[in-house]
Amino acid sequence: MKQTIEPALAISQLCKTYDDGFEALKGIDLNVAPGDFFALLGPNGAGKSTTIGIICSLVRKSSGSVKVFGMDIDEDFSSAKQFVGVVPQEFNFNQFEKPIDILVNQAGYYGIPAAIAYERAEKYLKQLALWDKRDTPSRTLSGGMKRRLMIARALIHEPKLLVLDEPTAGVDIELRRSMWEFLKEINEQGTTIILTTHYLEEAESLCRNIAIIDHGRIVKNTSIRKLLNQLNRETFVLEIRDDVDSCPEVEGYPLTLTEGHILEVSIEKSQSINGLFTALTEQGIHVLSMRNKTNRLEELFFDLVQKNLQEKSNG
Amino acid sequence: MDNYQKWIAFSTIVRREIHRFLRIWPQTLVPPIITIVLYFVIFGRLIGSRIGEMSELPYIQFVAPGLIMMSVITNSYSNVVSSFYGSKFQRNIEELLVSPTPNWIILLGYVVGGMSRGLGVGAMVTLLSLYFADFSLHSLPITIGIVLLTSLMFSLAGLINAIFASSFDDISIIPTFVLTPLIYLGGVFYSIDMLGDFWGSVSLINPILYMVNAFRYGMVGITDINIAWSFTMVILFSVLLFGLALRLLEKGSRLRS
Repeated sequence: MKQTIEPALAISQLCKTYDDGFEALKGIDLNVAPGDFFALLGPNGAGKSTTIGIICSLVRKSSGSVKVFGMDIDEDFSSAKQFVGVVPQEFNFNQFEKPIDILVNQAGYYGIPAAIAYERAEKYLKQLALWDKRDTPSRTLSGGMKRRLMIARALIHEPKLLVLDEPTAGVDIELRRSMWEFLKEINEQGTTIILTTHYLEEAESLCRNIAIIDHGRIVKNTSIRKLLNQLNRETFVLEIRDDVDSCPEVEGYPLTLTEGHILEVSIEKSQSINGLFTALTEQGIHVLSMRNKTNRLEELFFDLVQKNLQEKSNG
Repeated sequence: MDNYQKWIAFSTIVRREIHRFLRIWPQTLVPPIITIVLYFVIFGRLIGSRIGEMSELPYIQFVAPGLIMMSVITNSYSNVVSSFYGSKFQRNIEELLVSPTPNWIILLGYVVGGMSRGLGVGAMVTLLSLYFADFSLHSLPITIGIVLLTSLMFSLAGLINAIFASSFDDISIIPTFVLTPLIYLGGVFYSIDMLGDFWGSVSLINPILYMVNAFRYGMVGITDINIAWSFTMVILFSVLLFGLALRLLEKGSRLRS
């Protein structure tokens, strides 16, 4: 007999219209496989936070269905909620409570006995480098620490699905990288992760699959690899050793001079870059370094959102 | 969630609520004690000695049950209204809303937290009142029954106020403009027999009058109104408020978008 594996998240025809008439979601369908690291991207106001709010039952849906590991959030709300851990965008813990109390209380709301709750609180506070701050009033923690505290709180009941709404917003680069490593580790241990982010580099380096949401509709839902394959053209920034007065000309490579020693070139995916280097060397120009002008995913994201906007305006 | 898990969730909320008002004891426990001691000194000792008897009791004995009840009412109400609204304001109520804790457990947890403060302050005020007046307890079941029900009812009312509140002003309007006048006009300081027929009848629409009189009856054995009617009123109001509070939580009014 063929065994079916329930998706970690199955969203069907999900709609949300707020009391003021704003239609935040216009019938979205989304499936996230168990063990996936999934990115939900979209511009501000696209419907990302509304979707997450509905999954964790902070927002009431207008219609449609949401299932977490096969459990309907309306009919089996208790089981569905046991499966989900959520890290919201805004700080939403009692600023006067200590991190250890916040975690142990949260475990209590999931029916976890105090002894186990203290063990887990110690484990996650240590993993997220907050153990030394366990008895400090949480209002005195830095922004990065508060964000890590919310991650620890979301994990205290060991959910199978972790939903993070812009977890690294306002976090410095070093801390962001360490959070990425932690999330990768959690995912490798079997937790399905859904992430919304504005840092497309974050989505590219962490996630395997992606959905792009815009104006309450899913405009793309595919794997990151497939999406990046759609990229036809990339823009590179070249740093050259000596300043040049005018932009060098190389046939087939549209170059622009942005500063005396910085060149930009747009290259098609099928085009070799070796010819450019050869031509520049012949002109006595030595390239010191090369990098992408923007994140590759950012270019695609921008294209898709622009395309969606054009389609809307064309009716 | 099985019953054991529900019990853990409930006891977590209650423990957190008790811990909250104990942590901020200079705001929650000291002011009501000072206020009530001043009432005892001024109305009991200084003015009371000149008033003489009220309903055939020394004035301090007449007024003490009302003052105890006043502290139970205001502390039960203010604990829940400020704690629940504070959780809404800081958004940490979401910790509970995303959890599998059923709404009726959330409701009971907050209400028992409020009752703990109301009854705790009431017990301290009762101990203090022994310094100012002599009591012989007339009926323990009536005293305990009415004080528990009153505390329950005002904790529920505090929660409903907090659900509707959208600013800190909203959580002080009801205590200031509704609760305080009802308490002062609820027979704490006088017998409604003194009011005459018309104002005596008007007083009968004040629910606090029934609670204060039932409590006074339990303590000293005198009352202006029927005790069975008092219990009926308080039970009826508690059931109605419980139903309303649960309905609001189920609907997610002012809590979920």
